[in-house]
Amino acid sequence: MSAPNQASHGYDDLAALLTLMTGDEKHDASATSTLDVLWVLYDRILRVAPDRVDDPDRDRFLLSKGHGPMAYYAVLAAKHFLPVADLPAFGGFDSPLGYHPDRTLVPGVEIGSGSLGHGLGLAVGTALGLRMTGRDRAAVVVLVGDAELEEGSNAEAIQVAGRRHLGNLTTVVIDNSSASAGWPGGIAARFAVEGWSTRDVDGRDHDALERAFTAATDDRPHVVVAHVDPEEPR
Amino acid sequence: MSADTATTRTVPGENQRDRFYRLLPGLLADQPRLVAVLAEISVNYLEEVPPSIADRVVNVGIREQLLVGAAGGLALTGMRPIVHTFAAFLVERAWEQVKLDLGHQGVGAVLVSAGASYDWPEGGETHFGHRDVALLDTLDGWTVHVPGHPDEAEALLRAALPGDDRVYLRLASDSNRLPRDVSDGRMRVLRRGSRGTVIAVGPLADRTLAATEGLDVTVLYAATVRPFDAETLRTTLDSPDVVLVEPYLRGTSTAEVTAALRGLRHRVLGLGVGRNESRRYGVPADHDRLHGIDEAGLRRAITGFITEFD
Repeated sequence: MSAPNQASHGYDDLAALLTLMTGDEKHDASATSTLDVLWVLYDRILRVAPDRVDDPDRDRFLLSKGHGPMAYYAVLAAKHFLPVADLPAFGGFDSPLGYHPDRTLVPGVEIGSGSLGHGLGLAVGTALGLRMTGRDRAAVVVLVGDAELEEGSNAEAIQVAGRRHLGNLTTVVIDNSSASAGWPGGIAARFAVEGWSTRDVDGRDHDALERAFTAATDDRPHVVVAHVDPEEPR
Repeated sequence: MSADTATTRTVPGENQRDRFYRLLPGLLADQPRLVAVLAEISVNYLEEVPPSIADRVVNVGIREQLLVGAAGGLALTGMRPIVHTFAAFLVERAWEQVKLDLGHQGVGAVLVSAGASYDWPEGGETHFGHRDVALLDTLDGWTVHVPGHPDEAEALLRAALPGDDRVYLRLASDSNRLPRDVSDGRMRVLRRGSRGTVIAVGPLADRTLAATEGLDVTVLYAATVRPFDAETLRTTLDSPDVVLVEPYLRGTSTAEVTAALRGLRHRVLGLGVGRNESRRYGVPADHDRLHGIDEAGLRRAITGFITEFD
């Protein structure tokens, strides 16, 4: 929800916002692999807004893969969660915007992350808590990387989310083929065997991403595996 | 006990952990914000809970990382998680989750451990938990309770539930004969003397009193060790020689005493569980003796310390 005096930003503005942080037209792959997924989530899926960051009924987006958060900050700035003027100080001593996000410093950021493998466990707890408090409309979306899935903590969370039928939980895996040992049979299969509904999708195709995120219709947790070419940062 | 921390009736032979399990269903029923998060350990005690609270007993299975991570997520939604397993698994195995999924997120939980340092010596080193309080000392904002009696454990648990802060409640099988008033987090004066102060923590109070019988020392009792009650130590201090008697890693609170007595020339002796792997089994009394915190060992060490410069 835009404040009246703030210019509204679209997807085409994100590159310029990223440049305020990187100072370079060519962006690091780890920063931009998430860009389209984040944009689709904040533009079309999540029921969140800067004026309701404490609303108990808001959807929760948990960025578990806290590395390379420039795309995240760019989207949050485009959606007016934080001032565009904060972006250039990225990583500075007085800046709220670190190389890994801190929920206590940035409005709208639901978890502090950076150490890999924490977001999915926190998301399971959040999904359980929303169910216990009767916040049935609020969805939890957690973003992890394919390499991050190597952390064993994710296996614990994937199993339990499946067994407890956490239909209010969606995991989006950014698969840019960076896992060192790989995932024979694909990532979605690992979730499917634990009882999740799954979608594989082109991580740059906004309409396909929207369809994948809205495909969850039952009481199973849902995973969207967003495939992104590691060689072609946009 | 003050009225608002009144405890339930006592069951003969009941230890701190038994009391915790007996209380938990009623607490969950009375306080809708509470959720018990378990990792198989002790889950059988809660199998018969009424359906109305069953959804707030979350057993994540043998997954300690998820145990603490899920507690962090639950706290983010405003719930108050009571997280329980053995000390070694609760504080050590999921250490980064304790650090990041609670502290770094700026949320809290009540971590309730069982097993203490070596409540199950037959189990050996894998189940010894004497490093827990020292580990939590590396983090910010933890309150640490070490009750010395089931009534104290109950009072401290009840007092921790309304908040949103980070609380560690360390339950032991061993207890003192009678409970003491621990409601304000302050140390209690058990005996006054003039040749130094002995601080007895939790279940070691009775034994410390017996070990110092006839010695001219002040004996203080602490069931809450973080925050450390520096004020009572300073205001009761006659001679600046302090002995810590702690049921966990030896020297854990030495830095707290040093801070409390800053500006005073003083001496500190830390007694407790040694850091060497013992690789021994047996019964708790064997390990008390091994670490010199049985009654005779305490008397020897304390007497030696206060008479060192006679």
